[in-house]
Amino acid sequence: MRHPWVERYAPLATTVLVLIAIWYIAAIAMNLSLVRDAFEREETAYTLTDLISGTLSAERPLLPAPHQVAAAVYDSVFGYPPFAPRSLVYHSLVTLTATLLGFVLGALLGIVLALMIVHSRVLERSLMPWIICSQMVPILALAPIFIVVLGALGLHGLLPKSIISAYLCFFPIAIGMVKGFTSPEPQQIELMRTWSATSRQMLWKLRWPSAVPYLFASLKVAITISLIGAIVAELPTGAEAGIGARLLAGSYYGQTIQIWAALVASAVLASGLIGIVGLVERGVARRMGAH
Amino acid sequence: MDPRKLRLGFLFAAGAIVLALLLPSGPRSPSLLPSPAIWQTTACAGLLFLCAAWMANARATAFGLAGITLAGGATLAMLRDPAIAGSAGTGFWMIVIAMCLAAALCVVNLAAMRPLRTDRQNILNILVPLLFGAVVFYLWEVGVRGFGVPPVLLPSPSAAAAKFASSLPTLCTDFVQTFVRGVLIGYAIGCGAGLLVAILAHRYAFLGRGLLPLGNFFSALPLVGIAPIMVMWFGFDWPSKAAVVALVTFFPMLVNALAGLSASGHIERDLMRSYAANHSQSLSKLYLPAAMPFIFNALKINATLALIGAIVAEFFGTPTQGIGFRISTEAGRMAIDMVWAEIALAALAGMGFYGLVALAERATTFWHPSYRT
Repeated sequence: MRHPWVERYAPLATTVLVLIAIWYIAAIAMNLSLVRDAFEREETAYTLTDLISGTLSAERPLLPAPHQVAAAVYDSVFGYPPFAPRSLVYHSLVTLTATLLGFVLGALLGIVLALMIVHSRVLERSLMPWIICSQMVPILALAPIFIVVLGALGLHGLLPKSIISAYLCFFPIAIGMVKGFTSPEPQQIELMRTWSATSRQMLWKLRWPSAVPYLFASLKVAITISLIGAIVAELPTGAEAGIGARLLAGSYYGQTIQIWAALVASAVLASGLIGIVGLVERGVARRMGAH
Repeated sequence: MDPRKLRLGFLFAAGAIVLALLLPSGPRSPSLLPSPAIWQTTACAGLLFLCAAWMANARATAFGLAGITLAGGATLAMLRDPAIAGSAGTGFWMIVIAMCLAAALCVVNLAAMRPLRTDRQNILNILVPLLFGAVVFYLWEVGVRGFGVPPVLLPSPSAAAAKFASSLPTLCTDFVQTFVRGVLIGYAIGCGAGLLVAILAHRYAFLGRGLLPLGNFFSALPLVGIAPIMVMWFGFDWPSKAAVVALVTFFPMLVNALAGLSASGHIERDLMRSYAANHSQSLSKLYLPAAMPFIFNALKINATLALIGAIVAEFFGTPTQGIGFRISTEAGRMAIDMVWAEIALAALAGMGFYGLVALAERATTFWHPSYRT
């Protein structure tokens, strides 16, 4: 009998280790010609060990090795004061505020739309197809226009980014909440009716509680989409700050390690945000009497 | 709908038309009367609204729709007049208000209809959102031209459509560059690889238990951020876009297909075992068919993700064509009508792609409970 932890985490640990090993091998293979060229240009003698150590510590590698990325992340997080423009914390915070504002706006819009759709058959039939269509438009293509239009109206900085985030993330919430509000069984609705509950009482005492699981499932999807929206919205603005700006600057100046560090920061943000939503979900579930 | 409310609504619409005939429609034209064709059309619309108010039943919708068409046509014709466009007066907006009121009543009336025959129901299901969308586009057009919104801010839909029609060759090359090369190839690679890895992970449980948490983690990451790296590795042309698309579509497919492959029930698996089916047989006869709804779910999610991935990847560098490239350069040149034409192209491509996937889904998973009625 193996320990349950082994049973649970051994496959994951193995996969992660294999991936890291593949990453190192790929880094050596991809940077090899780069480093060899550098050695031959300087016409110094080199051994295989020199080559390999060179590929793992190149200044601008095609693929930086994991330890280089880790060092870059550590350096840009702890190496500067948190509000210096070179600090990754500062850029992450800029993106985080846009993400959160957009998330709140999008969640409100999604819930209000879902409420309207659930309560009105007319809106369900006329609005719902357009909501679905709106998602087939690659909305990120609209990002540059939003920036231009809102910039012409005198809005700069945080709000345009948040609006793009909100536009992206309202959809899963609206769809999920329509499903959630309509999830009570006919029996339950009929029971409420025998108590002659008004539609408002029905909403607060039956529809909301039964929509809560759907709400959190769609919030988790929405918050990552909101983060994507904020990052992409920072690209066409040529924004001075934010994870998207770091990506763009990194790609202009060939700073691969900086790009990877920004990617790690976005991954940490995404998983942190999902984790927070999950915690809130667990708290709410406990308040509602889950075990 | 309550016939009294319906009657009241259509009476208001007719009243607004009467006001429109009396009030000035522009700064220099005191009323509609100088141009006979327009005031006659408008008056006809008003009469039709009156008829609708008199009937106030399901048939009123037909009169209402006719009136809406006439009133809408009249306002669009009035906007040709340079004296009205950009500085429309109260009379003009009265017609618009009457039209919107009547359109809202018609939409409500149509949505409340419950015909017994399913084909009529289907027509109605298309007609209601179409009417709603047409009114939205009409308001956009009339609002932009009536208030004289500068085209740099927001072009009217007709201007964007004209630009679309006049720059078809450019749009065509952009479409081929972004959609046919970047999206389709990347989509095929990403979805195919995701499905293959899912099948492997389903076969070898150890691999599956290692990959599933990782797949869940990666599919929640903002993977489009990888675009600059892909541009660095694969160059400016379409391979880098296809790589981004493949990466973005890989993980949703992996996660969904894994869930689908384990969706078949114990009874079916036991049955396959009692037939002494080997793994490839049960894979093709049981696991894959059972996974189809999940796989199509991933294909649909990926259809929108793929287009977004390709367009975003083009922000980081392209040869001088492609939807994303054109959008960012034309937005920089303030040629907003061209940007909207490109967005319309992207929207059409996205909807067409999604529609094709949905059709294929209907054809292959017709047995699924969600299609049985």
